[in-house]
Amino acid sequence: MSIEVESITKHFGEFSALDDVSLTVAEGSLTALLGPSGSGKSTLLRIIAGLEAPDTGTVLLDGKDVTDARPQDRGIGFVFQHYAPFAHMSVFENVAFGLRIRKRPRDEVRTRVEELLALVGLTKWSGQRPHQLSGGQRQRMALARALAVDPTLLLLDEPFGALDANVRGELRRWLRRLHDEQGVTTVLVTHDQEEAMEISDTIAVMNEGKIEQVGSPREVYDAPATPFVMGFIGPVSRVEGHLVRPHDVSVSLGPEPGAVEAMLKRVIYLGFEVRLELELPGGDTAQALLTRGQTEQLELSAGDIVYVKWDSAHAPSPPAVHAPPDGGEHARPRTATA
Amino acid sequence: MRVSRSATLSLRAVALVYLSLLLLVPLGVIFAKTFEHGFGTAWGWVTTPAAVSAFWLSVTIAAIAVPLNTIFGVGAALVLVRGKTPGRALLDGLIDLPFVVSPVVVGLSLVLVYGAGGWFGSWFLHQGIRIIYAPAGMIIATVFVSLPFVVREVAPVLSEVGEEQEQAAATLGASRWQTFWRITLPSIRWGVAYGVVLTTARALGEIGAVAVVSSNVAGSTLTLPLLVQQRVTTSFGSQAVTSSYAAGTELAVMSLVVLVAMTLLAPRKGDAA
Repeated sequence: MSIEVESITKHFGEFSALDDVSLTVAEGSLTALLGPSGSGKSTLLRIIAGLEAPDTGTVLLDGKDVTDARPQDRGIGFVFQHYAPFAHMSVFENVAFGLRIRKRPRDEVRTRVEELLALVGLTKWSGQRPHQLSGGQRQRMALARALAVDPTLLLLDEPFGALDANVRGELRRWLRRLHDEQGVTTVLVTHDQEEAMEISDTIAVMNEGKIEQVGSPREVYDAPATPFVMGFIGPVSRVEGHLVRPHDVSVSLGPEPGAVEAMLKRVIYLGFEVRLELELPGGDTAQALLTRGQTEQLELSAGDIVYVKWDSAHAPSPPAVHAPPDGGEHARPRTATA
Repeated sequence: MRVSRSATLSLRAVALVYLSLLLLVPLGVIFAKTFEHGFGTAWGWVTTPAAVSAFWLSVTIAAIAVPLNTIFGVGAALVLVRGKTPGRALLDGLIDLPFVVSPVVVGLSLVLVYGAGGWFGSWFLHQGIRIIYAPAGMIIATVFVSLPFVVREVAPVLSEVGEEQEQAAATLGASRWQTFWRITLPSIRWGVAYGVVLTTARALGEIGAVAVVSSNVAGSTLTLPLLVQQRVTTSFGSQAVTSSYAAGTELAVMSLVVLVAMTLLAPRKGDAA
């Protein structure tokens, strides 16, 4: 199902959660709404679901205006941040809920629920109550419950936020595989840029109630439209007024044309990579990311004076670019945003 | 905070002694006095026509007041916790009115409104309906004084359970009505149950407001508490003691039955989660 969100505004009291936001999501895509907390990403998702009503603007699903439609009439599946399990029902009944509401025949319900429980690996747990499950299992139950009604649009609010790192990575890959197999248009909200990069086709980066940029993971990383996007999508250092990614900083032992003298404060071994913390003449601090081999070759240690250069080709040219480059293959902003 | 074992024990002892002096000893005395002259005598006093009539009137009043207040209470709690209408603060305050107004004042105000010379009373009398000094007024008085219990038990449970499960049900296609029956009601059921117990206990035990609007005629407008009161004040000697204590015991047993019934239906801890 395709989504078109047009000029959505939403206030909570004095707080402006969404400020004239427009977004198009193509059918079959997996889009991430990425931003810090308070950026309006969850509100946008809830407005698409019909759980919140926008102050102004329209929501079109498959070209049909659903702005005033109730959530139950939108053909969506929604996975809540804390899963919202039905506490008084078994895992089986949780997953069966949507089918029972639709008054499907008993046998059909049983077959479909068993199929879904197998898909999410919860067959053994079918008779348990949600509070007996681990976080990851509860999350998969919530997914199965949302998928049971064959939604044409799957909306996930911080689906992996409450899980520990290992489970999170595993579920992320699992969700991506599920999306590839079932092809349901999916929108997920996350504040984790790595998660957005790994799982989605398209990322909409949000900040303070506006969409900063829409593009493929590579586009938003390599060609960030605004300093905010650059800073949010990966680590950055500010060097003489430029925003630079640490891996775009090169380090040498002798002076070179265009290089700046810097004091090496710390050398941090991160496994294959080594992070250097540098102090620049103006008092700015910067980071450089080298491989272990490079660091050993240069025989670097804290207290050394080194010369650094940077490649700022990936940085947005200040002041911020207001019209993002033409969006990714699945989504594009409908108006200029900043 | 760590409390030593002896401190814990002495605190418990103090609580037990306190409760015993205030509750258990007086209740025990009632039971003892009731059966002083044997079970047969006590049984005789609770099966007189007046006592049987009082028993049924009490049960009838509770059977009407409790469902009314349960439906109203759950509805009002939903409005208070889930609603977005502006009048909520006012409703919130009004619901506590029966707790803060003396039951006697409640009874008197009902007389003023529904009595022979009252605002609506004359109209009702014209239609041939008697409210004050009749069971109808006693029911209204009982509904009034036992109104807040269900609301006050259900509202905090509702807000603790939160709205997410209901929203999840909506995204899965459930209508509001389906969501209420399948999601909301099961999640607040213990709050409702406890509210019902308290409402029932109050409906059975209420005397102040009911006394004002009752004509106090044995066999027609005496509830069990009113019967106890009448026997205490109008009969003499050991008869007064046994007869009123017997009715009192009957009342206590009815309340205990309600309490035990609810405890049996009550949640096993793990279930409540």
